[in-house]
Amino acid sequence: MTTGQKFSAGGGHGAIPLEGVSTGLGEPPQPEWPLYEIFVRGKRGLNHVHVGSLHAADDEMAVRHARDVYTRRNEGVSIWAVRADLIVASSPDEKDPLFDPAGDKVYRHPTFYDIPANVPHM
Amino acid sequence: MDDLDLDHESVYDGLLGGDSSQWAFGTDFEDPLAGVDTMIPAGVDGAALAAYCLMLGDDALIYAHRLSEWTSNAPDLEDDIALANIALDLLGQARLLLARAAAADASVVPQMPEGSPVPPEDALAFFRDEHAFRNMGYVEALNGDFAVTIVRLLLFSSHRLALLQRLATSVDPVLSAIAAKGVKEVTYHRDYAGRWFVTLAGGTEESRRRLVAGLRTVWPTYAELSRSTQVETLASEQRFGVDPAVLTEEVDAVVDHVLAMAALERPDLPPSGTGPMGRIGRHTEEMGHLLAEMQVVARAHPLGKW
Repeated sequence: MTTGQKFSAGGGHGAIPLEGVSTGLGEPPQPEWPLYEIFVRGKRGLNHVHVGSLHAADDEMAVRHARDVYTRRNEGVSIWAVRADLIVASSPDEKDPLFDPAGDKVYRHPTFYDIPANVPHM
Repeated sequence: MDDLDLDHESVYDGLLGGDSSQWAFGTDFEDPLAGVDTMIPAGVDGAALAAYCLMLGDDALIYAHRLSEWTSNAPDLEDDIALANIALDLLGQARLLLARAAAADASVVPQMPEGSPVPPEDALAFFRDEHAFRNMGYVEALNGDFAVTIVRLLLFSSHRLALLQRLATSVDPVLSAIAAKGVKEVTYHRDYAGRWFVTLAGGTEESRRRLVAGLRTVWPTYAELSRSTQVETLASEQRFGVDPAVLTEEVDAVVDHVLAMAALERPDLPPSGTGPMGRIGRHTEEMGHLLAEMQVVARAHPLGKW
């Protein structure tokens, strides 16, 4: 880690710093409820997809709120709610060492194989 | 546009797979009972069926309007949306019930000017005068604070859930289908209110104080939910409706359970009022203000298309 600073997910923005900001963990009740990241699986979806974030007083309420905020138009059949400060995120400062090396490794893509037409989800 | 924008744009596409059926009403408003056989079953009096549907429909319509007043005013954005969702569920029930009333007895629908495109259920909602509404006074009352709203919603949805569960076996297939749909919705309403009731009771000193005050405000009106009228007695006899008086024991058990979870006792307060006044068209002062706001736009444009 280049900066030594810890990061978490917040509002789907990728990475927010954990130090020097209130996360609600292990602290007395705050006027603002803790933030939850919401993942919804659609009827034909194979996996849960991040759809956004919301505030809730506790885990149960987070699922209820997610139902009201993110599945009003028949989008989902399953909801995951995760406390945003419990998600470990990569640091934007590490973008180059983490991701750039994969850019020119064309041989890591399975593009040299023929995939049979009847294999789905590839 | 960079990769991030592309990712975000596709989130809902990924969930829905390009299927537009999530739009509950499509892109147009059609006859809510389209394709449904609205023949009146043998042994059922059409006028009584219409009168009964007006009662249940008006309860849902007026309460939906009241709850919708929380929009942009709830303690948190999330509860704003939750209360608006509940109001919309009830509005949907009102639409179907008023359409059923109009199909069972067309004489209940107000006369509209020649060429008006207003469908019968809209005419019932927006062009009836106060005395023609058959909702309980219970649903007209001002919202009060969040605690009062939660108490009122808990008692109402506990009662309505028990009612709809029985109504699902109505001899009228239309009412039976409307009730079966409503059971799922109102189960969630009761769950929402019950959770908040227990949360407020066990929260801070202030939240408990407000909940107790809210309970004392709403409690005297609780008895009105189970007061029956001749229409409901007849509906029960002809087996298309439910006499609310028979639900008392079942609803009490649910309410007592939530009270116990919240470590609260039933308030020692006598029931207010004497009879089912709202059911015979006698409403409280608040009703006039509510109707004025709810009906003003539709009445200003009786020939308007929406």
